Amino acid sequence: MKEPLFGRTLSQLRALVEELGEPTFVAAQLADWLYKKGASDFEGMHNLPKRLRQSLGEGFEIGRREPERVSLSSDGTKKYLYPTAHARFVETAFIPEGERATLCLSTQVGCKMGCLFCMTGKQGFQGQLTSGEILSQYRSLPEFERITNIVYMGMGEPLDNLEAVLSSLEILTSDWGFALSPRRITVSTVGIIPAMRSFLERTECHLAVSLHSPFDEERRRLMPVQNVYPLAEVLAALRESPIARRRRISFEYIMFDGVNDTPRHAKELLRILSGLRCRINLIRFHPIPGTPLQSSPDATMVRFEQQLKGSGVMTTIRASRGQDIMAACGLLSTGALVGPSGEVDY
Amino acid sequence: MKKTAAAGTTARSIAVERIAAESLPLFEARVTENIEVAPGVYLLKYPRTEDFVPGQVVGVTVDRRIVPRFYSIASGTDEPFIDLLYDVLPEGELTPLLSRLGSGDLLLVSHATGGFVDTADPAWWIATGTGIAPFVSMAKSGLAGAKRLVHGSRTLAGFHFRKYFTNLLADRYICCSSQESAEGVFAGRLTEWLSMQSLPADQRYLLCGSTRMVVDVRDLLIGKGVPFAQVLAEIYF
Repeated sequence: MKEPLFGRTLSQLRALVEELGEPTFVAAQLADWLYKKGASDFEGMHNLPKRLRQSLGEGFEIGRREPERVSLSSDGTKKYLYPTAHARFVETAFIPEGERATLCLSTQVGCKMGCLFCMTGKQGFQGQLTSGEILSQYRSLPEFERITNIVYMGMGEPLDNLEAVLSSLEILTSDWGFALSPRRITVSTVGIIPAMRSFLERTECHLAVSLHSPFDEERRRLMPVQNVYPLAEVLAALRESPIARRRRISFEYIMFDGVNDTPRHAKELLRILSGLRCRINLIRFHPIPGTPLQSSPDATMVRFEQQLKGSGVMTTIRASRGQDIMAACGLLSTGALVGPSGEVDY
Repeated sequence: MKKTAAAGTTARSIAVERIAAESLPLFEARVTENIEVAPGVYLLKYPRTEDFVPGQVVGVTVDRRIVPRFYSIASGTDEPFIDLLYDVLPEGELTPLLSRLGSGDLLLVSHATGGFVDTADPAWWIATGTGIAPFVSMAKSGLAGAKRLVHGSRTLAGFHFRKYFTNLLADRYICCSSQESAEGVFAGRLTEWLSMQSLPADQRYLLCGSTRMVVDVRDLLIGKGVPFAQVLAEIYF
């Protein structure tokens, strides 16, 4: 079986060409073909030595995945289905809005975090994506050239797949890769502290932390990760990390009717985030099958937003996009493609 | 360029080591025992040096360059050792190394941490595989009096501590096997057994196991009228 090259960093490509007996500068040319020129085979890489092209063709493949299916929302959002290893799939959302077009990437098939409100979590965990599988969702998108922003907020917990996510970010933001500004990229997390520290130290991209309740016991019921990485420790880690002025830390807050949307919650949010330069994104809950939760009414969300804004915290209510094709926040899932019971592990 | 690659690797290792150390201080412990209790499942012991709350976890690694993983403590609060029950993941970075440790070998462990804890009030404990570990700790710490324990496993070998819980809980201990049958074992998944039960809405339900089990059981409980606030889940990741 041939090994994929798409998704390898420049240092990994250098090691490879050196192993194949070529000078290391050739790695930059190879990266140029993979990421800037979007090559689909080795034969067309005419500035590479012929013997290298031959060696690459014998043992390797480009390995970029193409989408197999697309769903179109009435609001213009598109949801793409991408294949991954072991005949599994992930979903990717393309969200155009005027001049801006955001791509929401997946990092895992399923998710281990088990959050109560998330459709991806309901399918359990089936596997990690490689860096190449993450980047294929970007480079193989038919609207590739329109993308202005990338968010790692699709299926999976990005920081539970740290090395692949960091490699993909390196390729997205390096001059030898896609040369995107890290200010155009946001990575979300439930708050896996060691990985979050690594992410903050090794990249310049924005960070979005899923918060959803400022109260320990309440957050524990919504997000089991609170048992081992409590919010107080996540916030302490953020306060200890040197964060550049232009880098944005945001907190995602899905609003559940009668659960986390009271003035008491807003007051506690303000207290725990005091002194932290951040913004809060309020998100409508998109109901999933069997959920006991409902979205807060719009009026409640506006009141909540005003209470936070009134205390000087930058707060926005995020527009829902792609709900009719199950592409909105928390709705991505390929559970139906996993198989009837093959993935049940008990 | 090999030197560069090697230097990069070293720099990364140092970064990982430092970040891991900042996030989770680690202390040296000597392994007392590390035995295979079922195919691919080990019980490791090291001397207890501090108090913990039953249900808590400790971070464990064998080398500061390998990010620690959390494991539930499987021993009682008055016992002299910390017991850890773990599956060996053949593709994993840590557990194959962990399984090779023997008595006297060095282990790096964190303080006990975590909020998956219980009281003496009536509650249901629901686990799959090595997810039984926190309930062993709770039971050995005197919290089993008003509890019902449901343990699911594909195979009979996955019912760790079966004898202990049979003696302790008698008919309040239910084993569910989805692939093998035996006397006293429900033939089917634990979700099938739970779906046939009348489940009190005013009791707590503590779940520990794979994400798939946790979300399946949580959905089932909510579907049978249990408020989600009564459900506390611990997942492996």
